[in-house]
Amino acid sequence: MEGKYLTTMIDARLWGILVDSFTKILIPGLTLTIPLTAIAFTLGLIIATITALVQFANVKVLKQIARFYIWVVRGTPLLVQLFVVFYGLPHAGFLIEPFPAAVLVFSLNSGAYCAETIRAALESVPVGQMEAGYCVGMSYLQIIFRIILPQALRTAFPPLSNSLISMVKDTSLAANITVAEMFMVTQRIVARTYEPLALYLEVALIYLIFSTVLTKLQNMGEKKLNSYGHKGD
Amino acid sequence: MLEIKNIKKSFGSTEVLKGVDLSVEKGDVVAILGPSGSGKTTLLRCINFLETADDGTMVLDGQNYHLNTTSKKEISALRKQTGFVFQNYNLFLNKTALQNVTEGLIIGRKMPKEEAIAIGKAALDKVGLSDRYDYYPRQLSGGQQQRVAIARAMATNPKIIFFDEPTSALDPELTGEVLAVMRQLAREGMTMLVVTHEMSFARTVSNKVVLMEDGVVVESGSSKDFFENPKEERTKTFLRNLSESLGLVD
Repeated sequence: MEGKYLTTMIDARLWGILVDSFTKILIPGLTLTIPLTAIAFTLGLIIATITALVQFANVKVLKQIARFYIWVVRGTPLLVQLFVVFYGLPHAGFLIEPFPAAVLVFSLNSGAYCAETIRAALESVPVGQMEAGYCVGMSYLQIIFRIILPQALRTAFPPLSNSLISMVKDTSLAANITVAEMFMVTQRIVARTYEPLALYLEVALIYLIFSTVLTKLQNMGEKKLNSYGHKGD
Repeated sequence: MLEIKNIKKSFGSTEVLKGVDLSVEKGDVVAILGPSGSGKTTLLRCINFLETADDGTMVLDGQNYHLNTTSKKEISALRKQTGFVFQNYNLFLNKTALQNVTEGLIIGRKMPKEEAIAIGKAALDKVGLSDRYDYYPRQLSGGQQQRVAIARAMATNPKIIFFDEPTSALDPELTGEVLAVMRQLAREGMTMLVVTHEMSFARTVSNKVVLMEDGVVVESGSSKDFFENPKEERTKTFLRNLSESLGLVD
């Protein structure tokens, strides 16, 4: 009788912690994780598109710079990049706040990976599309931006969605440079309540919810983009 | 109207065109015949600068061009006076049939949108696709795609349209609808240079025929002379082989 009372007490306590912390974790998710991902991924896509295009168009010098950038970023750990920017650069006189530092590193990082995705997609567009564009009197840039790039981005959409979902989870690394996002908040609650298993599972669940929503959005986006093959726009 | 002199082109050590001359008058429909690998397609691609010839000159409508030193600007101006129809259609896959036709007008030539759409619809009507304006290429059959491509080529009101084996990718049933459109275009006086394997087209629609082999012109002349009165031994063999393959000779 007494034993059962104790178990119920513990369950009630744990349940209380979980319910209480759910909103505490979710709020930085909505105010930090999502904005960080949205801003960094948007910037990353812009960087990636430019990086892919200068390679595709074979622009001298810029192409070399693009290759160098991809080589360095892909060849070093994301966590190390965060440390270099946030803890390292102040020593060289560049003080940078945690959130902008995270935006900078995440956008440069995803920019390098997405650049390769977009470059591959550009190269997969049949060469006849370019020739047809020339033959109807369009210029190289007109063909790139109106014919080649739209088709390439459609091909690149699923792997780019992959990169986006990766980034949502990678933002947990920003905890290491004092960005008080979901994972850091969870760590703090664990330190106070000492319920690591339940709380880390809880934050994992919230990441899973975010990823699931993005996966649904990806499916909807793919359906929309597939309209090239179906009637209507 | 179009005068080509001494086109030469090599890919690596393979000489594909060994000095080809060609002359097209306004309103001509010229069929270029020849076995595979004879250089017909390369000739057409060099004339429209899709390949850069190693040597040769061209006169189009009184304007002189040297085929391997023409500037990008000149090439672009030149292409605006010509149309090109590809073997595998090459319709813009992310554009509807109508957008395929209007793209070159609105973007390439800065024509007002309403005007371009009116021209585009008229061109599609002409090739019998008035019910397919909003279809994407993947929703169309091969024959329909090629007819859109022809509409795209003629919408810009070119001085000449180049056709690169326009029916070779089509099954025999769909070949007819494309040839009918080309026949109609020829009847209206469009100048056309057609690389083809369609003997009936060369015989009944074109007024001039050029036979190529191994990068040189074997024989050229009026289509009547070519088929009824060939001069060269090679032409006779070519025609004999064709009739055999068509089962016209025992």
